[in-house]
Amino acid sequence: MWQTLHTELESLGLTVITVAFDKSPDDARPWIEAAGATHPSLIDTEYVLADVYNMVNVPTVLWIDEQGRIVRPNDAFFVSDTYTAVTGFTPDKPIAALRAWVRGDAPALADGIDARPPAPTDDHQLARTHFLLGWWLARQGRAGDAEPHFVRAGELAPHDFTIRRGSMLVRGKDPAGPEFFAMVGDWRGAGHEYYVPLPDLAPEHPAL
Amino acid sequence: MAITLIDGETAERRTVTIDPASPDLALLGWERKPEGLCRDDVCIRVGDGPLDLAGVAAALQRPLVVDAAAGVGALGASTRERGSALQSGQAPDFVLKDLAGREWTLSQFRGRKVVLYAYASW
Repeated sequence: MWQTLHTELESLGLTVITVAFDKSPDDARPWIEAAGATHPSLIDTEYVLADVYNMVNVPTVLWIDEQGRIVRPNDAFFVSDTYTAVTGFTPDKPIAALRAWVRGDAPALADGIDARPPAPTDDHQLARTHFLLGWWLARQGRAGDAEPHFVRAGELAPHDFTIRRGSMLVRGKDPAGPEFFAMVGDWRGAGHEYYVPLPDLAPEHPAL
Repeated sequence: MAITLIDGETAERRTVTIDPASPDLALLGWERKPEGLCRDDVCIRVGDGPLDLAGVAAALQRPLVVDAAAGVGALGASTRERGSALQSGQAPDFVLKDLAGREWTLSQFRGRKVVLYAYASW
């Protein structure tokens, strides 16, 4: 769907850049090829973007204007209904808002919402440092040495699912399997939301 | 005992072999001068005593994790630098590759609106 929006809005001045967090380019390849992507479809095997933009989940979407300024900060929304049954997120509002912004008919963000992404805390950057070490060790084939660093990272930043879910890939766990849903269940059971969308485009009945 | 240290400020996750007790500062891109720890035009004041890796990390305000048993460590990105970059409102630039190995930057799209969409195949 991002390819469709890119094609539709490119001549109006929009470029869609997608970035896949994955272990390797080959893990992302089928998705990118299936989308027939003509927009920049990039791969981030080191979670660099998650660190630099303080992203805590996927998907994370930002809108950036012609001057390179963030006009809509880290948001969670979907532009297809692939996961609607699971998440409760519907694509209609985000797509309409994107079209309106690109055409200059509406601002990127409702009044009263801060356009700046949240700043990370010291604990969060320490968590990312443990993740950095764990990820490097795991990719060296040293899963046993990596494990305590993934555990510590999750303790320090329990709201960061790029870390807690992303690390499942190299910990013998399925990031879309029972362990993932158990983790989300515990998190929501403790009174937190899994996705934290900005209020102006948030779904009325989120299920995750 | 030297460890392999991963530099979390580099997108390619550069590693150096370094002794945490008496680190070779040049490997981290810094130089000890009378003014303090210096790189380019920037100097950060430090005390007069010997500087171990933890002291360097503290001076740079960067998180450090050392796993001596595993012989590795990681030096993360500073909370202050990440925070001030994001609070400036300017979108941080990045360099990432596509499937063909071509490098792309955010800044090459200056003059256009951009949607940045991060996802995962998992």
